[in-house]
Amino acid sequence: MRAGKPACAPFLEYEARMSEQESAPIVSLTDAAKHFGPVRALDGVSLSVRPGDCLGLVGHNGAGKSTLVYLINGGLAPSSGEIAFPGATEAADAGVRSVFQELSLCPNLTVAENLRVSLRDMKGASWRRTAGDIITKSLDQIFPGHGIDPNAEIDSLPIAERQMVEIAIGFAPRGTKARLVILDEPTSSLDAGIAEQLLTHIKKFCADGGAVIFISHMLGEVFEVASRIIVLKDGGIVAERPTAEFTRRGLVEAMGHVAAEGTEAAASAQRHTGEIVIQTEQGLTARKGEIVGLSGLAGHGQAAALAKLYLSSSSNWRAGHRPKCVFVAGDRPRDGVLPLWSILFNMSISLLRQVDAWGWIDRKAERAKSEEWKRRIGIRTDDVENPVLSLSGGNQQKVLFARALASTAPVVIMDDPMRGVDVGTKQDVYAMLREEASKGRTFLWYSTETEEVCQCDRVFVFRNGEISAELTPPNITEERILEASFHMQEAS
Amino acid sequence: MSFFSRHRILLPVISLAVLLAATFYMQPRAMSYFGLNLLFNLAVPIALATIAQMMIIMVNDIDLSVGAFVSLVACITATYLNDSPMIGILMLVALIVTYAAMGAVIDALELPAIVVTLGMSFVWGGLALFILPSPGGASPGWLRTLMTVKPPFMPMAVVASILIAIVTHLLIIRSGFGTVLRGVGGNSRALTRAGLSVTRLKAWAYGLAGLFGVLAGMALVGLTTAADANIALRYTLLSIAGVILGGGEFTGGKVSPTGAVIGALTLTLAASFLSFLRLSPDWQIGSQGAILILVLTARLIFSRKGAAT
Repeated sequence: MRAGKPACAPFLEYEARMSEQESAPIVSLTDAAKHFGPVRALDGVSLSVRPGDCLGLVGHNGAGKSTLVYLINGGLAPSSGEIAFPGATEAADAGVRSVFQELSLCPNLTVAENLRVSLRDMKGASWRRTAGDIITKSLDQIFPGHGIDPNAEIDSLPIAERQMVEIAIGFAPRGTKARLVILDEPTSSLDAGIAEQLLTHIKKFCADGGAVIFISHMLGEVFEVASRIIVLKDGGIVAERPTAEFTRRGLVEAMGHVAAEGTEAAASAQRHTGEIVIQTEQGLTARKGEIVGLSGLAGHGQAAALAKLYLSSSSNWRAGHRPKCVFVAGDRPRDGVLPLWSILFNMSISLLRQVDAWGWIDRKAERAKSEEWKRRIGIRTDDVENPVLSLSGGNQQKVLFARALASTAPVVIMDDPMRGVDVGTKQDVYAMLREEASKGRTFLWYSTETEEVCQCDRVFVFRNGEISAELTPPNITEERILEASFHMQEAS
Repeated sequence: MSFFSRHRILLPVISLAVLLAATFYMQPRAMSYFGLNLLFNLAVPIALATIAQMMIIMVNDIDLSVGAFVSLVACITATYLNDSPMIGILMLVALIVTYAAMGAVIDALELPAIVVTLGMSFVWGGLALFILPSPGGASPGWLRTLMTVKPPFMPMAVVASILIAIVTHLLIIRSGFGTVLRGVGGNSRALTRAGLSVTRLKAWAYGLAGLFGVLAGMALVGLTTAADANIALRYTLLSIAGVILGGGEFTGGKVSPTGAVIGALTLTLAASFLSFLRLSPDWQIGSQGAILILVLTARLIFSRKGAAT
């Protein structure tokens, strides 16, 4: 409220309401929801963005941030509810642009040519020069002194410059003027100075009547730039307030469940004196018989760290018959199941060395082992000869667990293995992991779900490809993990 | 980035120059208007077929039917186009449209191009046999004249190659439309996000490939004056090799029309060079392969060095 003197306050309020009506929202969502099968990615969100707004959007993994972005930019149609662009028919007409975290440039084209791809009505023989001028102007505005040649191939630019080009294309006029620019982790590969230039530009852009939706794990940046912050959790808006009414701690608390557990973790805080079996340059360590969790926001280097560790200790053709590590994949279709094979073959591939005789597979032993694991891990099928795809996702995952646990490898690496697994199966698997760990096996467990990570003996939180915190039992709480996943310092 | 990876066209040019120098050293009489024409005559249809293949590789696919397709076009050119031009032209246009449709189907149904084009190669081959069961036919007079024209200063083969390179460079590298087509190979999701139809763009790329395939078949008949259902089968592999030799990549939309033409010339020259070496024909195909591997290895080493620095 900008009411100064009480006497004219009603009038000012009236005036404010009037001007608010005149500046119609660029986009407004009414109870918009998006379901993917049974998964409710977004559950009834109402929101409107007006010219001059700078919205900070924060939330943990799977809170529905990306789904919300795709609904607003027209990439997805809502399952129910309504999305309206007053004064325009679709997102593109309304001047809605998005800049994504994973780069969406064509790496084989030059900077100017990439603008041509999103700008269809560029005609004439000298389009190349026109495009070059537009993109250079946009870059100059946002990142003064950038030094990017519009005729350079994207491939030849370092990642920070690619990100700058992508942002510049987002703000550049392309037929329609940019009115709402959605920036998804725009500063993830920019250094502090360049990020500051971007924040300055966002503030200016909003002051001039544009609107921005700013998604970032750097809370300092969100606080600096946003006029309003929206907190998403489990597909819904849990808090929406002007930035000034949030404190950093309050924001982190709003993102997480208010969990008062910690009893379970404390119970398992017994033996950490086993020998160290894993030690990486990054600082990741694991002892014998320990379940080590990897956490942090998705895509901050956890999966890459695990893959590197696994490949370095297994993909050697001279390594011999006793693997040091086995891998449980979370992305089942990509690096998990062998879709054409039966459950039996999918399970036994890791233990062929145990059941062979002179290079020939002992079918009976193979079958016996598989039946044993089917019983132990509780795979719901009447015959292990059934094709593996006849199982539900959760049971397929159990097959992958059985494959890993049946081997003799002392270290089990798990890359978000509970993706799409139902609660019952999860409980079964937790119990089995505990049992195996107590027998001296080491588990490295990357999970996007904080609740799972809280089951671990030790947790490494990743941020920007590096370990930002190492937590041990009394400290393994959702709050601590969130704190370490988000950048808490001032963005200056 | 090393010098070579920044100027991708250099390596193909150097390969051709080295091979040309070696040929002239072996056979100085080749260094003449007539000699050059003989050396590069058959490069013109190969260059056109290579451009056709390049259009497909540009959108991250591969075409295993180029050879059979060019053979079919050659058979139509030597029969229908010669006897009743209207029907001949209609047939060739229909072939180009079929190619475009094939591209649209491959993208819309997410079929692997390698399988679809392999299947289509049998269709093209069957049609060619149907039209021309035994070698024969005749080249239309105008086509024969066009392919044997003697321009001043430079032989037809060289002029045609330069012309093909310029036209396709303007079309694919310089024009906005060609830029978008290359974008399909670079990052088709970016194009979808920008509101473009990748299916339509792929249809265009395949249609262009069909057009250049037709031109290749016609040029071939203009040179040989007759056709055969198997006349151009080896073009499939030659065209792929030509694109790669010319600095193109199998994925990522990185292609160079100029490089592709140079690649085709290099491959043609390699065959002649081996004849000049008096190598027994039994060894020639293998040696041609060896030259190919040599050039590609050189390229790989340079690009590795470029990536390392």
